[in-house]
Amino acid sequence: MPYSKIVLTDADVQRVVDRIAHQILEKTHGAQDVVLLGIATRGVPLSRRLAERIRTFENLSLPVGTLDITLYRDDLRQKAVRAVGRTEEPAGGIDQRRVVLVDDVLFSGRTIRAALDALSDLGRPSAVQLAVLVDRGHRQLPIRADYVGKNIPTALSEQVKVRLAEIDGVDEVRLESAA
Amino acid sequence: MKHLLSAGDLDAPAATEILDIAAEMAAVSGREIKKLPTLRGRTVVNLFYEDSTRTRISFEAAAKRLSADVINFSAKGSSVAKGESLKDTAWTLQAMGADAVVIRHPASGAPHRLANWVAGSVLNAGDGTHEHPTQALLDAYTIRARMGRIDGLHVAIVGDVLHSRVARSNCLLLRTLGAKVTLVGPPTLVPVELGEVSYDFDEVLKDADVVMMLRVQRERMNDSYFPTEREYSRRYGLDGARLRRMPGHAIVMHPGPMNRGMEITPEVADSPRSTIVEQVTNGVSVRMACLYLLLGGKS
Repeated sequence: MPYSKIVLTDADVQRVVDRIAHQILEKTHGAQDVVLLGIATRGVPLSRRLAERIRTFENLSLPVGTLDITLYRDDLRQKAVRAVGRTEEPAGGIDQRRVVLVDDVLFSGRTIRAALDALSDLGRPSAVQLAVLVDRGHRQLPIRADYVGKNIPTALSEQVKVRLAEIDGVDEVRLESAA
Repeated sequence: MKHLLSAGDLDAPAATEILDIAAEMAAVSGREIKKLPTLRGRTVVNLFYEDSTRTRISFEAAAKRLSADVINFSAKGSSVAKGESLKDTAWTLQAMGADAVVIRHPASGAPHRLANWVAGSVLNAGDGTHEHPTQALLDAYTIRARMGRIDGLHVAIVGDVLHSRVARSNCLLLRTLGAKVTLVGPPTLVPVELGEVSYDFDEVLKDADVVMMLRVQRERMNDSYFPTEREYSRRYGLDGARLRRMPGHAIVMHPGPMNRGMEITPEVADSPRSTIVEQVTNGVSVRMACLYLLLGGKS
């Protein structure tokens, strides 16, 4: 039987983003030198939300940028040519800053590997951390997240669908059977 | 997209995608590390049967910024000088594992022939008097960057249209993207089948948003296309006086290399209204976008 169940509702997503914002502040002792870098597509609105929460909590404005990792993927040759999204460096660049990469789902780890390669071409951060809304397991590379919204045990055949209001009109995370 | 042979093969969405990706590539060219790993392990052959400085170097820079391996093959001092046919050269390149061949050839249609003989992608870098699609794309990119749009603009292409592959490709592409194109030059050098034609430069420049000057191709001037260079220059050259009669926002383009003093005066070429240097810079970004779209996916 095909199924599609909600694992995070819109209120859950809000709470999770609030918590990650607090954790970033706590772990970086006030986030003074932190810049947020959202990985396209859905990491981008997430990074903006985190910045907005941190502004609310601590009255602190963090630079936010976007990173499109298409040109750094290791599976380009396996699929038809992909569209390239925007990369925007945060104001002030990333040199000597603590970069927090933000993405929606952590899965194989290959996206983050590509993002790390892209980062090293953009500059030299003093440290790089990773924040994800959902960690669904099945890593293929030695990569872990510093901030995890929710760990969701999944089967490889299942799909985690993240919807965010800025892009999809609604906040929710669903776990779906293979199409 | 498998090959890039003609600007006429691109519809508006495809052309716009190339320009959008080129804009991302331009950001890379502005960084300290001007390099992407995207085409690592791919081989691009520059096969040039005609002299060219900027196009060859531009393609070479584009391929290298995407981490492709580049082999430069110029007809002079190669097996071509010993009489090897294009087909045999094609097979040689094939045997060397070329993923893409960038070809410039004096014969119109040579890239189309080559596309049937090699397994990889073929990019037309100028064939005879036929087409030069990447030049048209970089011109479109430059217009969009300066004017904010292409749709609805009036572009005058001035000079030796007859021998110009740049004019032909620009005509096709700019019309696809919604511009109005007028071809201007002496009757002997403007073919009427390409569309709207005028022999009166002063009339056209009054309401042109973009004036694209073409090089007078002395090497192809075997017949008497115009009486003297002086007369040509007086009627169809762009000088300071004509520049001042153009609308205030209008820009001046030239694909290079220029004959300073012939079709364009130094005063105009070096003015802030001229995009000539930007065109060269944008050429690398646009060619990176083309190489990515041809080689960046599953082959």
